[in-house]
Amino acid sequence: MSTSESVQAVAVEHIEEHVNRDDIRSRMGMWLFLFSELLLFGGLFIMYSVYRYLHQTDFSIASKEMNTYLGTLNTVILLTSSLTMALAINAMQRGKKGLSIFLQAFTILCGAAFMINKVIEWSHEFAEGNYPGSAILAAKPKGQILYFGLYYSMVGLHGLHVLVGMTVIAFMLVFTIRGKITPDNYVKLEAAGLYWHLVDIIWIFLFPLFYLIT
Amino acid sequence: MAETIATSHNGHDVSYLDYQGKHKGILGWVLSTDHKRIGILYMIAILSFFMVGVTLGVLMRLELLTPQGTIVGPQAYNEFFTVHGIIMIFFVVIPVIPAVFGNFFLPIMLGAKDVAFPRLNLLSWYLYIIGVALILLSLVLPGGAADTGWTFYIPYSVRTGTNMVFTLTAVFILGFSSIITGLNFLTTIHRMRAPGMGWFKMPLFSWALYATSWIQVIVTPIIGITLLMVVVERVFHVGIFDPTLGGDPVLFQHMFWMYSHPAVYIIILPAMGVISEIIPVFSQRTIFGYKFIAYSSIGIAVFGSLVWAHHMFAAGMANSAEFIFSLLTFLVAIPSAIKVFNWTATLYKGSIKLEPPLLYALAFIFLFSIGGLTGIIQGALNVDIYITHTYFIVGHIHYVVFGGTGFGLFAALHYWLPKMFGRMYNKKVAKVGFWVTFIGFNILYFPFFILGWLGMPRRSYHYLPEYQVYHVISTIGSWILVIGLLIMFLNLLLSLINGKKVTEANIWGGETLEWTVATPPPVENFEEIPQMIEGPYEYKQNELAVEEEVK
Repeated sequence: MSTSESVQAVAVEHIEEHVNRDDIRSRMGMWLFLFSELLLFGGLFIMYSVYRYLHQTDFSIASKEMNTYLGTLNTVILLTSSLTMALAINAMQRGKKGLSIFLQAFTILCGAAFMINKVIEWSHEFAEGNYPGSAILAAKPKGQILYFGLYYSMVGLHGLHVLVGMTVIAFMLVFTIRGKITPDNYVKLEAAGLYWHLVDIIWIFLFPLFYLIT
Repeated sequence: MAETIATSHNGHDVSYLDYQGKHKGILGWVLSTDHKRIGILYMIAILSFFMVGVTLGVLMRLELLTPQGTIVGPQAYNEFFTVHGIIMIFFVVIPVIPAVFGNFFLPIMLGAKDVAFPRLNLLSWYLYIIGVALILLSLVLPGGAADTGWTFYIPYSVRTGTNMVFTLTAVFILGFSSIITGLNFLTTIHRMRAPGMGWFKMPLFSWALYATSWIQVIVTPIIGITLLMVVVERVFHVGIFDPTLGGDPVLFQHMFWMYSHPAVYIIILPAMGVISEIIPVFSQRTIFGYKFIAYSSIGIAVFGSLVWAHHMFAAGMANSAEFIFSLLTFLVAIPSAIKVFNWTATLYKGSIKLEPPLLYALAFIFLFSIGGLTGIIQGALNVDIYITHTYFIVGHIHYVVFGGTGFGLFAALHYWLPKMFGRMYNKKVAKVGFWVTFIGFNILYFPFFILGWLGMPRRSYHYLPEYQVYHVISTIGSWILVIGLLIMFLNLLLSLINGKKVTEANIWGGETLEWTVATPPPVENFEEIPQMIEGPYEYKQNELAVEEEVK
């Protein structure tokens, strides 16, 4: 194949790729995935509602062990990161690549700060003996055991999602730097943003359920 | 099959079987994102697992030949019925029709070149294989295979010493694979229909897959999280379901059936879609009540998601809840019945060609009707309390799942396999295989209804001597069924090696798009995306004849 032919072939391929590109399709796939993620947490929320209904006072007492200040701080951090993520997409739309890179990096840092806070919180709980399988927790009323079981499961699964979200945004950061995400093809970044907002919205429900109940 | 129309290598008219892409040989298959190749990868994996499940089933029947132990001990028997259930439900009937025939034919039927997310499609196959690997590990590692029954009821599933973590993780990963397939199909159906193909010009198989995919996306996460919590409970002793830690075992049952009842419709709807394709082709008539069949798929998906607690009438529930779940259970029979009536109405005055696919389709209607009607019997509260822990249920599930989806699968194999490989099987042998399978099936499973009515408890290793005669009949039936299955599968397998070559595009005289492309289909399905003007079942000539006759 001569050079001009191969160049032509690449060009045709590029056009085809462009024609086949369907951003609505990509977004629809992402939304369906987020929908199934919501239902995954939905299962946990069902368990929470049932046990909360059965053990009102125990849940209230156990929630006093939580550090509401750290929880509030984490809520602020996560909400801010959602804002910066949305701004990063907006910056990309307006063609401000440098700003978008900065905002994406800032979002990842917020995620990291959230996780560090979680580690502080969890080590505190572990020091108090409120961890699954400990003799101290086993001696408590059953409602409180369930509260901590749900706390570690739900917040743990959420934390896992934060880590996944950070990884995804890190990939987006690399794509942006390498120029694979551009002002007229940013659907990947948008999908990552949707995922990050999901992580945020789940935390918005977890925070009152575990920290603010009375 | 190199001598087939291999004229160019740009992928337009070379068959997908001969296509040489970036990778050669086996890698060309396991790294291919072609929906047709992935469909065949699934077919190989799932049918092999079907054989494992059948083997376990036959061994169980052999064990039950005598009232006391026959070939294995009670623990092995428990593991047999558990692994048989897990394999057949999660590894075979849930994925089989969407993953094999949905993958292969959905894009072609819609006039598309591939599914919406080809790479995700390949990922879903790899997740399936990881699930397979985990379940095989659970069989061979010390500790033994799961022995809880395929329902994993608490508290036994947190207490038993068997390899539950592997088993549950395997099912969790399979769920992931199932969700990915579901969201892929939904997006494909929404975004990739050929120009002119409105929703009501879609073939009914795609309608069935559409309803199925929604159920997969909506309910699979629930079982995912539930089983994950059991794993967490076993590994970290987190209190969720275990009553010693305050948990509620009945909550587990609710969560389990919230998925596993709709899963029944994940299992049956695609088979119904296959039947809706086969019946019009072999009676050469427009399908009767197209819209009703399409809507009834959605109706089944909606109602079917709201009836889960009828599996738990004996587990303890509020009376009002029992009443509502019983009522909804009766309601879900309506859309299923609509389909059955429409299929039979389509056959009426059609020019019937009694080819093997139609035979299997008719058997589906017959067996599914028995399964469905016995299901209604159990929907009645007072009757259910008496039969819920008996063989009646075992008979019911096998008539619906094996008689329904199993026979739907066999119908699909006989209908589409020649198209997929360009080789025709021996039709006479196929008919013999059908009759042996059909007769064996009924001898095997019909006695279950009688046994259940007489009070034979399910999952039981020992039984009272008065039940033995039915168990013996049933075990003999299992041998006949296996002979039938062997005839059928060997016939199909041999046809792939030295069957008569088929090159005509329209093998059976169908009107859907897969019959317009070459046999076997070219790599990119369509050189030009077709324009749809007519609906999928316009058998005009015959319709006119029928109308005249009616006049």
